[in-house]
Order: sequence, then C-alpha cells, then structure tokens
Amino acid sequence: MYQIVSKKTLAPAIHEYEILAPKVAKKARAGQFVILRVDEDGERIPLTIADYNREAGTITVVFAEAGYSTGKLGKLEAGDAVQDFVGPLGVPSHVDKFGKVVMVAGGVGVAPVFPIARAMKAAGNHVVGIMGARSKDLIFWEQRMQEVCHQLLVTTDDGSYVRKGFVTDVLRQYIEEAGRPDLVMAIGPLPMMRAVADLTREYGIKTMVSLNSIMVDGTGMCGACRVTVGGETKFVCVDGPEFDGHLVDFAEQLMRSRKYKAEEQLALNRAGCGCGGGGKCHG
Amino acid sequence: AKQIIPQKHAMPQQDPLVRSKNFAEVALGYDEELAVAEAERCLNCKKPLCKQGCPVGVDIPEFIALVKERKFAEAARVIKRTNALPAVCGRVCPQEHQCEKYCVVGKKHEPVAIGRLERFVGDYVMNMETEIEKAAPTGYQVAIVGSGPAGLACAADLARWGHSVTVFEALHTPGGVLMYGIPEFRLPKRIVQLEIENLKKMGVKIETNAVIGQIASLDELLNEEGFDAVFLGTGAGTPYFMNLPGENLNGVYSANEFLTRANLMKAYRFPQSATPIKVGKKVAVLGGGNVAMDAARTALRLGAEEVYIVYRRSRAELPARLEEIEHAEEEGVKFLFLTNPTRYIGNQEGWLTGLTCIKMELGEPDASGRRKPVPVDGSEFLLPVDVAIVAIGQGPNPLITKTTPDLATNRRGNILADETGKTSKEGVYAGGDVVTGAATVIKAMGAGRAAARSIHDYLMSKGPQKN
Ligand SMILES: Cc1cc2nc3c(=O)[nH]c(=O)nc-3n(C[C@H](O)[C@H](O)[C@H](O)COP(=O)(O)OP(=O)(O)OC[C@H]3O[C@@H](n4cnc5c(N)ncnc54)[C@H](O)[C@@H]3O)c2cc1C
Ligand SMILES: Cc1cc2nc3c(=O)[nH]c(=O)nc-3n(C[C@H](O)[C@H](O)[C@H](O)COP(=O)(O)OP(=O)(O)OC[C@H]3O[C@@H](n4cnc5c(N)ncnc54)[C@H](O)[C@@H]3O)c2cc1C
Ligand code: SF4
Ligand code: SF4
Ligand code: FES
Ligand SMILES: [Mg+2]
Repeated sequence: MYQIVSKKTLAPAIHEYEILAPKVAKKARAGQFVILRVDEDGERIPLTIADYNREAGTITVVFAEAGYSTGKLGKLEAGDAVQDFVGPLGVPSHVDKFGKVVMVAGGVGVAPVFPIARAMKAAGNHVVGIMGARSKDLIFWEQRMQEVCHQLLVTTDDGSYVRKGFVTDVLRQYIEEAGRPDLVMAIGPLPMMRAVADLTREYGIKTMVSLNSIMVDGTGMCGACRVTVGGETKFVCVDGPEFDGHLVDFAEQLMRSRKYKAEEQLALNRAGCGCGGGGKCHG
Repeated sequence: AKQIIPQKHAMPQQDPLVRSKNFAEVALGYDEELAVAEAERCLNCKKPLCKQGCPVGVDIPEFIALVKERKFAEAARVIKRTNALPAVCGRVCPQEHQCEKYCVVGKKHEPVAIGRLERFVGDYVMNMETEIEKAAPTGYQVAIVGSGPAGLACAADLARWGHSVTVFEALHTPGGVLMYGIPEFRLPKRIVQLEIENLKKMGVKIETNAVIGQIASLDELLNEEGFDAVFLGTGAGTPYFMNLPGENLNGVYSANEFLTRANLMKAYRFPQSATPIKVGKKVAVLGGGNVAMDAARTALRLGAEEVYIVYRRSRAELPARLEEIEHAEEEGVKFLFLTNPTRYIGNQEGWLTGLTCIKMELGEPDASGRRKPVPVDGSEFLLPVDVAIVAIGQGPNPLITKTTPDLATNRRGNILADETGKTSKEGVYAGGDVVTGAATVIKAMGAGRAAARSIHDYLMSKGPQKN
C-alpha cells in the first residue's frame, strides 16, 4: 500500500496528492508518469508526475475527477493509501539548452508542465509559461509557475481572470511580438495540443506534446496506448509520452480516447452518482 | 502381453454449451479411480521414451507406478524433483508434442495420459503442507526480474540453496503469463497464487509494481542495491501487429490487451471490476496458437455472438495445443483456415466494422519444409466484425536491454544466453521466453532452474558464504 501523505483540493474536483513511494521518488524525472490503482477492483490510472521529493520519498500527482476511477481516487483523504503505485514510467522529457522555450499548459496540464519548466530553466533556457483554464476557479499553481518561468502569461476562456482567450491566442500574440521561440511544449487536453501544434506548424517551430492515451500496463505489453506518429505506430507508454506534435495523428488519438465512452458512463451510473463525468458531485 | 485399453480415460469436463458462458475451469480433472485406471495403461518401460520428450525429463514411469499404488503424495515428490509445478504443467503443457508424443503405447493406441495424471497428482498435494528443506543462509542476494514460470522456478531453487531472493515484477500481481495471459477456465488463478504463497513461505521476497529498467537498472541492482547476481525472466510480452491499414481503429486489440483486461483486470466482472472491455458481437481472432484460442474462447464467454479464428494455414498446422483446438471447436468458435487478413475497415467514428481477407492455398514447401501459403488471386472477401484480436506473436520487452548496453541480444531483441542461462554480462543470467522467444511454460521453468544451478555455482565459486 502507498500512503497519501497530504491532500489539497486545488479547484473544484481537482486534487493534489503527495504519495509515499520512496523508490519511485528516487528515480522520477520530469515528463514521466506513474500508474496507480485505488483498490483491488480498481482500474490502472496513469497520472503524470507533477513533482517529487527525493528526501521525503514522495511523488506529487494532480488529477481531475474525470470519471469513475478518478472520482473514487478523489474521495480518499490524507492518511489513506492506494493499493498499487508503479513508476516512473515513460521516457523523461528531453531537457537541454535550447534557448527560448515556451511551455503551454491547458487545464490540469499545468501540473505536468511545472517540473519540465523547472528543468528547462535549470538547464539555462529562457522559459516562458502560458497557462490557461476555462475560468478563474480552475486556475492553480500560478505561484509555482511564476517561480520556474522567466515570464508567465495567464488566460481564461471566459475572461474571468487576467484576460479572455485560449492559450493559442496568447501563444500567437507572443510569437508575433517576441519572435519565434526555439521550442514549444504543450500539455493539456488533446484538442488544445492539436491547436498548438497547428499554430506552431505555421511558424515552423519545433513542438513537443505529451499524450494521454488509454493505457493498461504502461510497460509496452498491451498496445492499448497505440498512436500514429509520422506514419508509424508507437506505444505512448514506452516510446513517449512526449512526441513531436507536428507528426502526431491527433484525429486518431481523439477517436481512440473515446473508445470506452459507453462503458465509462455505465461505470459512473452504477456507482450511483450519474453526474456524467463532469465530476460535479464528487467534490 | 497385457491387454491395453486403447483409449485414454476421458477427462471429465463441463458441458460445452454451459462452459462457453462461464469462466470456471473446463476440464474437471481425474478422480482417484480414473487416475489409477489410467496409470494401469502405462507399461512402465525400462527405457521410457516419454521422458525424453519432456523438456525437463520428469521421471514419468516412476511417478505413474506410484499412482498405480495410490501413493499420490510420493508420486508428487518424484515429479517435483524436476518440475516444481505439476498442477500447472499437467494443465498447459502441449503434451502431444512432448512427453505423450513419444509414449510407446501411443504407437498403436492413444498414449498414456501423462499430462492428466500429472495434473491429478499436482492437485492432490496442492493443499497439503509441504515441508520445506532449506540450506543455511549463504548471505548472497539474488534479484529475479519477472515472476513468470522462469523467474518463479529460478527463485525456488535459489531459496532452497540458502540464497536471499527478491523477485521484481512490473505488474501488480505476480505470475507472468500464468496470471495475465492464460485464462481462468484453463488455469485457475488460485493454483498460481498458491505456488507463489509457497515461495513466500520459503522466504522469497516479491516486489510487485517494480519495473526494472525504470525504477533501477541492472547495474544499479548489482552495484548499488547489493545483489550478487541477477536472473532475467522478463518473457516475451511485446505484442506484434501485422501493420495492416486500419490497425489502430477502435475495436482492434492485441491479444495481450484483450486477455489482460479480462484476466488480470477481471473485466468480465465489469463494472464491479472497474476496467472496461469491448467484446463486440462478431469477433475475429488473427492467429492460430494458444494465445489465439484463449482470446477466442474468452470473447465467447464475454458474450460475443460469433467468433472466428482467421488462420493462413490449415488445421494441421495450428500451433495451439490439440485439446484447446478441440475445446474451441466444441464451444462453437468458427475456424477460417487458409485465410489471411489484408485490411481493417472502419466507420466515420473510427470503429472497426470489418476485416477484408484473402483466401490462401498451400504452395511449394519452403526452407522449413512447410508448404507456404500463397494468396489466391481475386478471392478477397469482407468479414463483418466489430472486434478483431491480433494474436500473431510477441517479442521481448526492450526496457532492460535498452538501459543495459553491455547485455548482448540478437536481431529480434532476445537476450543471448547459453543453455546454463549465462549472458554476456558478468553476474547476469537469463532464461525463458526472453531468450527463446515465445515458447512454453515448462521450457521457461526448465530454463529458470538451469540458470539457478549456474547462479549457484557462480556464487559458490566466490566462497560458500558472502563475506
Ligand atoms: C501518461 C498519462 C498521464 C496522465 N496524467 C494525468 C494527470 O496528471 N492528471 C489527470 O487528471 N489525468 C491524467 N491522465 C488522464 C487520466 O489517466 C484519466 O483521466 C483517467 O484514467 C480517467 O479515469 P476515470 O475512470 O476517472 O474516467 P473515465 O470516465 O474512465 O475516462 C475519462 C476519459 O479519460 C480517458 N481514460 C479512461 N481510461 C483511461 C486509462 N486507463 N488511461 C488513460 N486514459 C484513460 C479516456 O479518454 C476517457 O474518455 C493521464 C493519462 C496518461 C495516459
Ligand atoms: C495467452 C497465452 C497462452 C499460453 N498458453 C500456453 C500453454 O497452454 N502452454 C504452454 O506451455 N505455454 C503457453 N503459453 C506460453 C507461456 O505462457 C510462456 O512461454 C511462459 O509464460 C514464459 O515464461 P517466462 O517466465 O519466460 O515469461 P512470462 O510468463 O512472460 O513472465 C514474464 C514476467 O516478467 C515481467 N516483466 C517483464 N519486464 C519486466 C521488467 N522490466 N521488470 C519487472 N518485471 C518485468 C512481466 O510483467 C511478466 O510478469 C501461453 C502464452 C500466452 C500469452
Ligand atoms: S512437464 Fe509437461 S512435458 Fe514433462 S511430463 Fe509433465 S506434462 Fe509432460
Ligand atoms: S513411454 Fe508410455 S508406457 Fe512407457 S513409461 Fe512412458 S508413459 Fe509409460
Ligand atoms: S499501456 Fe500497454 S503497451 Fe502501453
Ligand atoms: Mg475509467
């Protein structure tokens, strides 16, 4: 069992857990992920490593209650434990001195972006952060992002905080004003990552995205996480999760991410809340 | 000469129509009377050819003679000298290609049902306390990577010889393919778990959720974590696909994924068990081995209306165990022989709707002597299916070899090891599917035990005790 050392609720149905897993913490690097199971009947839930503390032996994950399993996870409290916790999985982010790097985060994507931005800064890059959420109450970790970015631009879809617009609007404006960065990295919902990749393609800026394909084992054994990159099939769990955004077949990924929609709905309904996956009744 | 009953005593089994809807074991096992009667068919040969057919050389006439005398526990001891898991091997060994193939009774009649007898004996002693003889601790520590049959067999011997053994397993449940691949109706999971409990009683530590190559490299295990030797039994877990157009449509599974969802994640109990599975009304399984049979029969049990095995050669070439082919046929799996898939067809939403196939005919014999199937011009047809399961084979997982440059592999990524399990790297041994490519449970166990012997010799060459 792996103990939840602390719990913070960052926004409605978005939680931050520090989980005790010293061996994972010792090895964790920015860009990698873990897979956890709440209990014996549980699904294997992949979550990105949002931070790690090697001394305390903890891994930080931040997750949104997206459906049945993350809803169940969200009901746990500090002191509770999860049944299984495996990692670090996937290839760490390629961190190097690129020059100017723009880190784009959409929604819960702020959490996985944070350690990469920190590593990029430590590697001597000029780091610009762009973070966006649907509305003000869904913004979190702004302060933490400030600390690891030379410049941080915040936006909300509805204009309830700082400015109104999508992260792509901010990115375009930034590129027009400040010139082309050497690297863009985008983490967030698939449509957002696709929009960023489409935008940077126009400008010919190298762009990395971190994919959240449906997974089971996370070790290259099942192929559930298949994605087409540059015409070739890759396994997100072992070949990724980061890929060149200009080569990813986003349409296929979107379609694959909906594979179990009907079953996911059934799991939620049977669980007795029937909130439709918005997580509104789990908070 | 003695009169031999020409046929094996039939295996009691669940009715096909009932069992194709449940996950309980299909073959129910001999009772004592059946076992003794079957043992009577054995001639107790002076030069037992059967034994040569067994990859680990089980003392077959010796154990069968004890069954005749109703000394079942003693029979188990005889088997366990060479095969630690008779309850498993009796169920899953391809006996018709191994021990039973060479049985002299089989020349004129059906061979002695060695596998069924082995299973009976294994089951008979399953819940008995086994006294564990263990040598005094040597102080040496051995890491076993992978908890499939190779790793478990290697761990058992090393623990018996007094070494401190830790098994690292990537998944949350130990057992390898025995747990995530082979379905409950063929190999009840409690049998595997019982064997693992026995190992734990011997002092073997099992660390699940530990992916070696990610959480620690081999060099770290050897140089930082204090292990004196490592055994790699990581299996052949990476699924191959055919690279046909449309392979990433929703509805196309690897057999590994389909079986892992069903077995390890218990998707057949969804939603009580939270992992979903798409079963489909019409299912095509691509391939003809044990994996394909397991996937097809699992799909039936999950409620598929029609299940096809699509295989490019003919029935005679099916690599699966004969018993599984017969069971699949009895349960209503439809076989499309001499048929090769060419393309997946999908709808607007990205869902699989069909598989186009082409008919094959057997051409000239190839280098291996098998007649090579060649496509028949103009014979393409559409097989409407909503789920397809690819079961054409698996390769080794590269997580360890990628992080251990001085570990030699072949072109396919299999680790190079000699028959004692020795690899190109000092203190590192390997065996089972990761070395041979996908093979059998008993071969993996044999390789695990050979490596245990060789690891033991290696450690002893450094001195009887770690200083
Ligand atoms: C490498 C990786 C890193 C991730 N990191 C984070 C993170 O840091 N924070 C976060 O909130 N979410 C993250 N996710 C997504 C998270 O795993 C899913 O939201 C979660 O599994 C949904 O489970 P559910 O039962 O609650 O919801 P469901 O209702 O079952 O699913 C909601 C949606 O989540 C996706 N999903 C469902 N099952 C899986 C699965 N087994 N694996 C992956 N996606 C699935 C599907 O697209 C589905 O439509 C990550 C996914 C991956 C693959
Ligand atoms: C569906 C199916 C049906 C089969 N039916 C039969 C049958 O009827 N009869 C028969 O004889 N054989 C059968 N086989 C083949 C047989 O199961 C294998 O040959 C045998 O299991 C190989 O044993 P192994 O110990 O080498 O590897 P595996 O059983 O594959 O075990 C390897 C283990 O290592 C773990 N692992 C891998 N990489 C790492 C890592 N980096 N760190 C930690 N752990 C790791 C894996 O998770 C796995 O648990 C079948 C195989 C399948 C898939
Ligand atoms: S281990 Fe397998 S091959 Fe050997 S005797 Fe037993 S059933 Fe036959
Ligand atoms: S060859 Fe057949 S008859 Fe002879 S000992 Fe072996 S099992 Fe018995
Ligand atoms: S999740 Fe199974 S191969 Fe990637
Ligand atoms: Mg779910």
